[in-house]
Parts: sequence; structure tokens; C-alpha cells
Amino acid sequence: MSNFLLDNEDIQFHLKTLPLEELAAIQEDGFRDAATFDYAPANAAEAAENYRRVLELVGDIAGNQIAPLSEEIDREGSTWCDGVVTYAPGIRRSLDLLAKADMMGFTLPRKFGGLNCPSTVYAAATEMVSRADAALMNVFGLQGIAETINAFANEDQKQRFLPRFSTGAVTGAMVLTEPDAGSDLQNVQLRAFQDAAGQWRLRGVKRFITNGCGEVLLVLARSETDEQGGMGLSLFVLENNEQVRIRRIEDKLGIHGSPTCEMQFNDVPCELVGERRRGLVTYVMALMNGARIGIAAQGLGIAEAAYREGRAYAYHRQQFGKRIEQLAPVADLLVDMKTCIEAGRSLLYYTCTVVDRDINLQRRLDEDKYATPEAKSADNKAQKQYKRLAALLTPMSKYYCSELSQKCANDAISVMGGSGYMRDYHAEQLFRDARITTIYEGTSQLQVVAAIRGVTSGTAEKMFAEFDNRETADQEEQHLREALGTMRGKLQEAVEFVKKGGADYLELSARAMVDVAIDILVGYLFLEQATQSEHKKVVAKRFIRQALPRAKARMELVMSQERSTLDSYAEIVGAMVEEEG
Amino acid sequence: MAYNSVVLIKQVPDTKKITVRAMNDDGTVNRSALPAIFNPEDRYALEAALEVKERHGGTVTAVTMGPPAACELLREALYMGTDRVILITDRRAAASDTLATSYILACAVRTVGNYDLVFCGRQAIDGDTAQVGPQCAEKLGLPQISYVEELVELKGKTITVRRDVGNGYEVVRCKMPALLTVTDTFQEPRPFSAKALMRSKHARAKLELEKEVAAALPGADDKAKAAEVAKRAAALEAKKLLIGQWTLDDIKADLAWCGRDGSPTKVKRIQSVVLKGSGYVEYKNTEADITKLVHQLIDDHTIG
Repeated sequence: MSNFLLDNEDIQFHLKTLPLEELAAIQEDGFRDAATFDYAPANAAEAAENYRRVLELVGDIAGNQIAPLSEEIDREGSTWCDGVVTYAPGIRRSLDLLAKADMMGFTLPRKFGGLNCPSTVYAAATEMVSRADAALMNVFGLQGIAETINAFANEDQKQRFLPRFSTGAVTGAMVLTEPDAGSDLQNVQLRAFQDAAGQWRLRGVKRFITNGCGEVLLVLARSETDEQGGMGLSLFVLENNEQVRIRRIEDKLGIHGSPTCEMQFNDVPCELVGERRRGLVTYVMALMNGARIGIAAQGLGIAEAAYREGRAYAYHRQQFGKRIEQLAPVADLLVDMKTCIEAGRSLLYYTCTVVDRDINLQRRLDEDKYATPEAKSADNKAQKQYKRLAALLTPMSKYYCSELSQKCANDAISVMGGSGYMRDYHAEQLFRDARITTIYEGTSQLQVVAAIRGVTSGTAEKMFAEFDNRETADQEEQHLREALGTMRGKLQEAVEFVKKGGADYLELSARAMVDVAIDILVGYLFLEQATQSEHKKVVAKRFIRQALPRAKARMELVMSQERSTLDSYAEIVGAMVEEEG
Repeated sequence: MAYNSVVLIKQVPDTKKITVRAMNDDGTVNRSALPAIFNPEDRYALEAALEVKERHGGTVTAVTMGPPAACELLREALYMGTDRVILITDRRAAASDTLATSYILACAVRTVGNYDLVFCGRQAIDGDTAQVGPQCAEKLGLPQISYVEELVELKGKTITVRRDVGNGYEVVRCKMPALLTVTDTFQEPRPFSAKALMRSKHARAKLELEKEVAAALPGADDKAKAAEVAKRAAALEAKKLLIGQWTLDDIKADLAWCGRDGSPTKVKRIQSVVLKGSGYVEYKNTEADITKLVHQLIDDHTIG
């Protein structure tokens, strides 16, 4: 039993070094809530103090109350009977706790009962909840549904739905996926139509819906019959009711506490959110971006839990007359896990600070209460830049942190050997729970597709250049900066090369280039942190010295035009032989 | 109808974290070596009071007697949803045994006044006497129900609860006002509320303000310091964030009943018991030896 904030020096380091006061200033908009709400901060320093205290509270609940329930949640899982889904008792209990602690309206405005925290703080909270129980994080992390309602629904809808999210009276589900529309959401077929009275109704089937039993559903549906692409889709909101049949819940590899539902809509009445045709292209994209940050935090939480399992075992387990963590191959696994977790956290938090600036500037522009046109145009310009950066960093974070969770869960079992494979230990659950993170909210492959645009367009290189703006007298640091410079050169060379090689070769090489871009960015972030911490100096050195040869190898492969996947697929894979019967 | 509750809480050394430094050489507890925590069963008592408020409305007042550091405990009570908190602090209360403590707390409860229920934890983990709650009830002339683990019903002026009787439970009903002592089999205490935490994090007692002002204005004279304290206290009071601070005079306590003078308990001797392992007994895997082992375990109350 421990507090998941107080036992985690790295998160505490970030809370000391992140620009929390600056984020608070744009989030709180002149701290005008202080006049109306007794729990609103009066200034940036108080807001930052609130963030730290709230996270300490999340750490306490996650570590001391939720984590002990995780194994039971995994073993019992969610159950389905005659269309009714029941959470594992530990999920119910955890949600009650989080609701009582006011954690279910984490980012919502105070006028709807929320805490109005920036997404950076929410991400840190999500990581700790996920470290305690990855399945619970799915319901906790679905607060993005309320955020979407807050961003795009009308005032009346906000008043009706949002306060109940904040109190924890309701949870939500984002109802997007269908049997034939998974990664390809443009192909959603569930029909939305208006009856004779003009009432919108939904008809069709949705599949793989996390928390489909939630009380408020946001449904992506085809409202324009004449339009087959994404522009034919709109977003609808409704209270879950008997007309929505939950046909089954999935029997999954992991996250057993999170019910995954198949849902049938039988002409169910619903309300349009925002404008028609903008369902996918605007609203779901915004929802997804928030959800991807959430999954990145979930991955990080699982990785942290796995690392700690492995470390504790390696410390206590003796073989060959010593602790196994004193054996180089085991030590290497642990050092690598720890470094990568710190890398993931740096990447995620940096991403969140950009996202917070993007969201808050957008909100300010929407409100349009500028004193001068110059002020507006300055915000406009800055917001465009942050939006572009967010579009690069969000998929990078989701990709890196979710892959990280798998790596760490896997390596923890390697450290623990046979014991790690046994159900007596927590590692095997983490291994199963981690697997989904690289799949939902867009697979790793899709994150790469999203991120590569920013890498080839020059957005990434521009960002690196901004980090590289500082002279340093420190030889060691200079050396590491040069290594990052070399990596940038190799990446740029590959980008130029690939651009000439056709769309399919770009697609094939994208992952290697995104990997290198992430390593460069993390390298710069570590160097910034190294100015404030001796520990980070060591970590930065380790990370960059390992990243340089990795980048060289990856870019060499790209430059070599190794096209066998494209050119020799049929030859290597052979013809498909269907099994008989 | 709504019910007003007073909860008596205590800050205690965390006896779960005993280390070698936890005992002084003379056998007394070295309080500085142990973290100070919310007495565990007092949290359940507070939970019970908050549950009453949640179901029926009313107010919850938490009272503690202790040194200035006990303000942290009162802030935690605020974070859980307590409406009003009061610190009884007075050097003349030092060295109070359970009789004197319960006398002082009873005076405090009377001073709070207008209550329907008084809640206490069953016992504190430092003294483990379980006497203060029942003694308070006697001094206040209230009916008492000890070992409460569930609030069954509050209706009009009667309360029905379930209490643990060791090998089972009984459901008892009594007239209010009444005093209840609550065990850790009551429902889990609620977590801090984030909003309450944000609201009440700067709640301070006057003696804390004095300390803060002394640190902030080291060169100022006493008058200036007092004025600054009064200013800060008024600002907190306006936001309902001033922690009540009472002396024995404020609660009209008879000093003869307080502190060392009011404490008939005399410590005759403190013994520092150090357990040492010595030798071992070997039991063979035979019927006779196992019987012997079982008898041995029953005799020393390890089992049975």
C-alpha cells in the first residue's frame, strides 16, 4: 500500500518543473471563478497548489484503495445477463470512491460541477488510476465524453448532462466502432433518421463499445444517406435505455473489469450534437485526440506497475549467490524499462502542455472577447501553431506509451522468469491488460500514419530547432546535443529520400522515421530536465547514447530502399490456403 | 428531520510504524519518532456522522484536544466534509488521563451545544483504553451505544444501530441525544473530496497564524504582529476557514478536573519488555508429538 504520487519521484519531478502556473493562467481565464465558487483558485500559484494536492489525493486513492482491488476485478470481470451488464464489484467500489472524491468531472468547468483541471493534470491522474487498475481507467478515462459535450453540444444539453457526469451519477460511452467500421470509421453505417415528427432516431449495430452500459451515449451515425464518406456522419447523444439492447459483452484477453459491449439500436430516439456532417470530421476527431492522451497515460500507468513488479522481484530474488538485479542482463532490462518510462512521461506531459495551450486558446478565440484585434490575431497565430504541434505529438504519445506498456509488461516477466508467468504474481495481468493499449483509439500503425505527416512536413524539425536554441558550456551536454543533431540530420536525409520514393515506400518507412523523431524529441526534453536534476543528467546520457546508433541503423535501412515487403509479399508469404471444414 | 453531530477525534502516533527509536530508554513512547495520524477508528466515527448528514441533513462538528499540530487532523476532517472544526488546546490540559480527558471533551461538547449525536472512535491506538467515549457519555448524561458498525435507522428522536458483540451482533434502539462509539467494521471512511480540499487547504487556527506571522514579520513588534494575526483571522473567518480554538476557560472547565490534578491514574512503573528468542522445541512427525504441539498451542492461546 502506498500513495502512487508520493512513491513516484519522477511524477513529482515533473510537477515541480512543468509550467503549471502558466497552464493555470490560461485555463482559469483571469481567475474569474474565484468570485463564484469557494473552491476556485484566486491566482496561478494557488491553482498549481490545487493541482498538486488533487494529484496527491488521486495517488492516495489509487494506491491505497483501488490497487488492492485490481486482482479481484481481473478475476471476476464484468458480467452480462439478459441485456444487463454488471461491473465487477471492485469497479463499482472504485467509481464510488472517485465520485465521492469529486474526480469524475476532472476537466469540466466549475459551472457544471467540475474541477476545471488542465489535461496535463488529468493525464497524471489517469496514469495513477491506470497503474492501480488498467480496466478502471477505461471508465475513469471516458470523461472525454463529457468534454466533447462541453465543447460541441448546446447549452441546454450541457445543463442536462454535464452536472451528472461531475457527481459521478452517470458514466458515458463513445459509441463509434461497428463490425465493418473499426480503424476505418468513415465507413460507419448505423443509420440516423428523422421520423415524421422530426425526432432523430438510431437504427443499427455497434460493436466493441467500451462501457456501452454507461448512462450517456455519444453515437456516431450516418445521417446523410446520400453521402457515403466521413462527411455523411453526425454525432448524437442519448440517455441509455431499454430500446438500446446490449446483445453481449466480449470475452477479452485483459482489462476484464471494463465491459466491452455489442449494442443494437432499435429506432432509439436521440439528439443531434452540434451540426450535421461534422460528427466524424470535427467532433469525433476532437474526442479521439483526448482519448489518445488518455490511452497514453493508461499505457504509462501499466508500464510503471510492471516495472515495479520486476524491480521488486529482481531485488529480492537471489540466484548465483546474489540479487538478480546485480546480473548485467537483468539490470539492463530494468534500466531500459525505467529510462523508457521516464521518456514516455516526458513525451506525454510535453504533449499535454501543448494540448492545453491549443484547447484554451481555441476557447478564447471562440469566446471572442478581445480588447484589440492585435490580441486576437496573436492568439490566432499561436493557436494554429499549437494545433499543428498537437496533431504531431498526440499520436506520438499514444504510440510510444502504449508500445511502452507492452514492452515493460513483457520485460517484467522476463525479469521474473517462471514466477512472472504464474498467476500468483501481478505481472501476467499487466501483460494481458497492456495488450489492448496499442489497439484501441487507433492502432499503433494508425498513430504512425497520423504522426508521419508532421515529420515529413517540417513541423517536427521546426520543433527540434526550437529546442536547440541554447549554448552550453557543459562538454557532456554539448556532446549529447551533437548526437541529437546527427540524428536530426539522418532523419531529414531519410525524409527527403522517402519523399521521392512513392507513397507506398513512405508508408512502409514511416514507423522507423517516427521512432527516430520521438527519440530526438525525448532526447531534447531530457536535456532540458538535466539542467534541474542530476538523476536526469544520467538518464539523458543513457537515453541519447542508446538512441544514436538505433537512429543510424533505422535510417540506414530506410535509405537502403529495402522494399521486399512491398515487392516480394506474394513470394514470401505465399498463397492463402484456407483450412478445410 | 436533520441531526447535528459532534465527533471527538484524536491525533495519535502511528503505532504500526514502530521502529527501534519508537521507545525512549525509560519505556515511554518517543512521539517524535512516529508519524502523527488520524486515529483510525475516529475516521469511522467521522464517517458515521457524515453519513447521518448525507441521509438526513444537519451539521457535523469535529472536536479534538491536542497540541497545535492537531490542526492538520482538523483540516483532514474538513476535507472529508465536516462543517466546523475546533481545537481544544491548553497547557493546563497536559498529562490528562482518560478521566480528565473525557471531562474536558464533555465540557467542549456542552459548549458546542445543540447536538443530537456524539460520535467517538471505539478506542485510540496509542492508549487502547476505549474509556474516553463511555466516560464522556456518563459526564454528559447521555445514553451510549458502543461498538457501532451500522446505522440502521434515524427516525424522529430515536436512532437504531447495529453493534458488534464479539460473537455476533445486536440491533439496539435508543433516544437521542446519544453517544455512539464506532468500530472499524463500520463502512469505509469516505476519501477526501477534491473540492473540499481546494476550499479548505488554507484553513488555520489562530495559533498557526501567530506562528506564520512571526515568521513573515520577524522584525515587527508584538502589537503589529497581533494586528496582522487579527487581519488574517478575519479574512479566514469571512471564508469560514478559521479553525476554532478553545482553551479550558472557553469551555468553562473546572481546572481541578483537568490535567495532572484531574487525573487519578498514577503510573507506578514502566517496564521496557524486550522479547528474546531462546532455544526451540522439536516436534517429530508422530501422532504423540503432534498432539503435544496442539496442546501447547492451545495452552498459550495461539489457537482456540
